[in-house]
Amino acid sequence: MATSTIDRNAKQFVLTVQEYTLFAWRALINFFTPPIYWSDFLIQADVIGVGSFLIVMLTGFFTGCVLALQSTATLEAFGATSVTGRFVALTMIRELGAVLTGIMVSGRNASSMASELGSMVVTEQIDAMRALGVDPMRKLVTPRIFACITMLFFLTILANAFGILGGAAVTVVLNHQNGTQYFSMAWQGLRFPDILQGLVKPLFFGYIIASIGCFNGMKTTGGTEGVGRSTIAAVVWSSVLIIVADYLISQLMLSLFV
Amino acid sequence: MNRTLTPAQSSQGAAPPPPTEPVVDVRGVSIGFDERPVFEDVSFTVMPGEMRILLGPAGIGKSVLLKLVNGLLRPDSGSIRLFGEEITQLREERLFPLRARTGMVFQEGALFDSLTIRDNVGYQLIQEQVEDEEIDSRVRQVLSFVGLEETFDMYPASLSGGMRRRVAIARALIHRPELLLYDSPTGGLDPVTSNTIIELIGKQRDVYRTSSIMVTHRLQDAFALCTHRFDTTTGTMVPLPRGQTDQRTTFLMLGEGKLMFDGTIRELLHTDNAFVREFLE
Repeated sequence: MATSTIDRNAKQFVLTVQEYTLFAWRALINFFTPPIYWSDFLIQADVIGVGSFLIVMLTGFFTGCVLALQSTATLEAFGATSVTGRFVALTMIRELGAVLTGIMVSGRNASSMASELGSMVVTEQIDAMRALGVDPMRKLVTPRIFACITMLFFLTILANAFGILGGAAVTVVLNHQNGTQYFSMAWQGLRFPDILQGLVKPLFFGYIIASIGCFNGMKTTGGTEGVGRSTIAAVVWSSVLIIVADYLISQLMLSLFV
Repeated sequence: MNRTLTPAQSSQGAAPPPPTEPVVDVRGVSIGFDERPVFEDVSFTVMPGEMRILLGPAGIGKSVLLKLVNGLLRPDSGSIRLFGEEITQLREERLFPLRARTGMVFQEGALFDSLTIRDNVGYQLIQEQVEDEEIDSRVRQVLSFVGLEETFDMYPASLSGGMRRRVAIARALIHRPELLLYDSPTGGLDPVTSNTIIELIGKQRDVYRTSSIMVTHRLQDAFALCTHRFDTTTGTMVPLPRGQTDQRTTFLMLGEGKLMFDGTIRELLHTDNAFVREFLE
C-alpha cells in the first residue's frame, strides 16, 4: 500500500515537472511569434512593477539599515568600520537585492497570478477564451512572464539603490561616520562581475515567479478551495526555486569570474 | 409530421457547408478522466440548420461531450469532424479558426468579470482589432437581440444570473456563428427567465437557422423548443398546431456511459428503453 502511494506520488511529481517544463517553454517561445499582446504586457508591467515599487523600496531600505547595524559591531572589532559602505553595497548587489526583491514580488505577484488565473479556470473563463478563438497562453501567460522578468530587473536595481541608502542612513545618523567615505568605499568595492551577477539573477527569478504562478493557476482544479491550494503552491514553490536558482547562479558566476 | 418555420431572414456567417455534409460528425468517441470512463463509443451528427437537444441526468458527461465537439477537450478514442475537418489531432492554433465559426454558451455564462459587457460581448472583435465604432455598433445590435442594450457599460457582477446568461448568448452570437453550443443555458434559473432564454434560442434557430446542440436536463425546455416556433411578428414563441413538432429539433440522451437515444420527440416518447422512460417520468 505504502509502496504504491510512493509510486503514484513519484509518477505525479515527474508528470508535473514535465508539464511545467513544457508550459514554461511554450510561454517563453510565444513571445517571439505573433500575435504578441503588447497592451497586456504593459498592464502587467504596471501591476508588477509600479504595484511592487513601495514594498521593494521599503524592503531594500531596511535591509540596508540592518546590514549596516549588524556589520558595525564586527567591523569595529577590526577597526574597519570604514568599509561598511563596501560591505552593504556588495551584499545588496550580489545577493540580497535580487533575492529579497524576488521573494517579495513572489509573495505579491505569484500569488495574484495563481489566484486570478485559477479563478478564471474554475469559472470556465479560460475555456470561454479558447472557445472565442484566443490562446490563453499567449493572452494571459506570456505577457505576465515577460512583464515579470522586465520589471523584476528594474525593481532589483531600485532595491539595491535603496539598500545602499538605508545603510548610509544608519552609518551617518546612528554611527556618526562620514557619508562621503561610505559612498566612496561602496563605489570602489564594486567590480563588473558583482554588478553582472546582481543583474542576471532577477531575469531568472522573474521567469520563475511568473511561470510558477501562471502554471499553478492554469492547473487549478477543485473550485475555490483549489484556487487557495494553487495560490499557496505558487508562493511556496517560487520562493524555494528562487533560493535554489540563486545558489546555482552564484556558483556559476563565481566559477566564471574568480 | 409537418413543420412550420419562419423563413430565414439572413444567411449568417461565411459560406455554410453543403447541406449533405454534417456540421458536426461524432463517431465512436470515448473519454475518461483519471482512468475512469465518462462515456464510450458515442456517435451522432448535426446537420446544417438542425438542433440537437442533449438530455441526461446531471454528471453524466453532457458538458464534456459539448466541449469535445468544440475541441476544448480531446477524446481518448474516436473521431470528431467539425465543419468537415477532423479535430481530434488538430493543434490548438489550427482549432481557433474553427472555434471562431462556433458560438458557445457556458453553463454559468463564463463572462470575463474584469471586463464591461461591451468588452465581453465584443471580445472576439477586439482581438481581431476591428474598429471601435464597428465593435460598438455590432455589440449594441446583438445586445438588442437579447434585450439587454442598457447593460452596454455595466460589469457582469452587476447583472442577475439570467441577464448574464443572455449576455453569454449575445457573446456567442456576435461573430455570426454557423454552430451554437448551449451548455445548460437555463440551469438554475427561475421559470420566467428560463422562458426568455428558450425564446432567444428558438429565435436563433428559426430566424437565422443556425445549427446547434443544446445540453439540458430540463425536459420542459426541450419540449418547448420542439413544440413551439418563433413568431417574428409578435416576437414571441408560439405553439405549433396540435400534433405538429419541429422536425429539425431532435434528441440525444446520454446515460450509463453511452448514448442511450438518438431520434425525434415522437420516438423519444414511444421508446422502450427503460433508462429513457425512467428519465422522462
